[in-house]
Amino acid sequence: MSELLVEAPGTSTIRSHKHRVQFLVVAAVVFIALVVVCSIFGGSIAPYAASAQDLGTGLAGPSSAHLLGTDDLGRDVLSRVIVGARTAVVGPIVVAVGAMAIGTALGLLAGYRGGWLGSLIMRWVDLMYAVPQLLIAIVVVGVLHGSYWVAVAVLIVLTSPGDTRIMRSGAVEQRGLPYAEAAKVNGLSGSSILFRHIWPSLMPLTVAQSFLNFATTIVNLAALSFLGLGVGPGAADWGRMLAEARTLIAGNPWAAIVPGICIAVTAASMNIIGDWLYESLSLRGRAR
Amino acid sequence: MEVAFDRPGPALGYESTVTAKSIVFYVLRRIVAMAVLLLIVSFGVFSLMHLAPGDTVQVLLGTRPASPQLVASLRAQYHLNDPFFVQYLHWLADAVHLDFGRSIKLNEPVLTALGERMPITLFYGVYAFIISTVVGVSLGVLAAVKKRSVFDRGAVAGAVLGVSAPTYAVGLVLLYAFALQLGWFPVIGPGSGFADRFWHLTLPAITLATTGTALTMKMTRAALIDALDQDAVFFARARGVSGRRILFVYGLRNALMPIITAAGIVLTVMFTGAVLTEVTFALPGVGTLLIDSISSKDIPMVQGTTLLVAVLVVAVNLIIDLLYLVVDPRVRITGSLQ
Repeated sequence: MSELLVEAPGTSTIRSHKHRVQFLVVAAVVFIALVVVCSIFGGSIAPYAASAQDLGTGLAGPSSAHLLGTDDLGRDVLSRVIVGARTAVVGPIVVAVGAMAIGTALGLLAGYRGGWLGSLIMRWVDLMYAVPQLLIAIVVVGVLHGSYWVAVAVLIVLTSPGDTRIMRSGAVEQRGLPYAEAAKVNGLSGSSILFRHIWPSLMPLTVAQSFLNFATTIVNLAALSFLGLGVGPGAADWGRMLAEARTLIAGNPWAAIVPGICIAVTAASMNIIGDWLYESLSLRGRAR
Repeated sequence: MEVAFDRPGPALGYESTVTAKSIVFYVLRRIVAMAVLLLIVSFGVFSLMHLAPGDTVQVLLGTRPASPQLVASLRAQYHLNDPFFVQYLHWLADAVHLDFGRSIKLNEPVLTALGERMPITLFYGVYAFIISTVVGVSLGVLAAVKKRSVFDRGAVAGAVLGVSAPTYAVGLVLLYAFALQLGWFPVIGPGSGFADRFWHLTLPAITLATTGTALTMKMTRAALIDALDQDAVFFARARGVSGRRILFVYGLRNALMPIITAAGIVLTVMFTGAVLTEVTFALPGVGTLLIDSISSKDIPMVQGTTLLVAVLVVAVNLIIDLLYLVVDPRVRITGSLQ
């Protein structure tokens, strides 16, 4: 989503602007840290077991025993939200890293080598940009009755074109810079220029892109589980919880709204961090 | 997108290099590319259905008892005894004649089923697109003009949240607040007659429009700030050109390309959003039809629906590219010379 970046602040106001941005960024980092802690230690933090049923309580609103109330099977919503952080975090990390790996390989190849292979890769990227990616994921995962990991694999393929495009344009740009030409004059081989010199200088941008990919993926993966695809029924997963609580919204709205807010705020936090990284990294690149 | 728009054209006389012929040629080439793409998509979905777990005959049988005669006749009817590729060619030959077969689950022709569901999806889809464009562009313009004001910062923060918020979560919150708690809108059903339908589909339309509005706002704001940052604007101000003229003629006209790009992205995103919105609001549209036919393995229906969506996506992309030609003369050259 690099095209959607907000403009870089002008030099005259950079100080005041930076200050504000950093407050938001710090808040985002703190929230993400919280989510990561929940995803690792969720089972021990949660006040109840995520799948423990209490049919006597049944569907109920918030109380002192259950801060966010219970769902129709009497399961504690707060515990399920905490435990659900795991599927919300693990999948997007795998997708972001996988897309970075594929995108780096294809993008560097297309940018540095070019040729017919390069244009073939870029045709593929153009095609992927023109189609509704999540819809493809829905059809593929739905028809194949795919598991969570099938959904993750499909999303890696659908997410990588963004990374490919960034790496390609970066490689094309860096290829013509004096340092790359100097390396060439010094007799370095193409692959060593590419991997020892060009790749490291593009690395920061792909890391920033990975944060943005994480944000998109958490929403997409939750959308799949909301539609009943990927994660199995009954699992403590934010998307699943939303889907299951949809019909119970009159009884305990928190069971539906809190997982929704968690998805949105996690995604927004990652977007903020990614945008901030992008902005500061590309500014640094320009100053160099 | 084959159109490059970052290449400046020659300064003078460029209008004359654009012949009607070259544009017709460009459009024809795009249409051929579209047909190839549709062929790839239909083959992809066809292969996917074959890879899917479960026995096709079992699905076709439905609740009927599996007598050998019936199984044999079904296998013959759906060409299941032929090799995979021949099966695809059979389907393609029918599809070219606009015969997409019968839905197994609904027991009616695929086209009829799509025709019944289409009006609802189209209604709130257009509704949502109008909301996202009007609200998104207006907020984007306001934010760009009042750059770095409190309003601008609020709009930017809202856009980050709007882009991040999942469609289904927005829908549920709206449903709970405005339909269940306040009772302003109906909870269920698509309504009948224009006014009633408008009322019934307002919440789904707002839900579907959320992401689009945020995207449009973000891109309009960035594009307009860029356009107003040009030297030409600086000198126009010095010459005493009115603020209104600067905004509309110098600013918005130059920001139009990114805004059209945004509209294209928004439309593409909306195809997915429609599925999620319809499931959230339990609307009988094309999105729920797709999900239902996927889960019941209704092969002809999935094929027909995905092909319809593919046609729409491809058409949207073509229209956006043609709009570029209309809006920016520079594209007319690079577009036709390529």
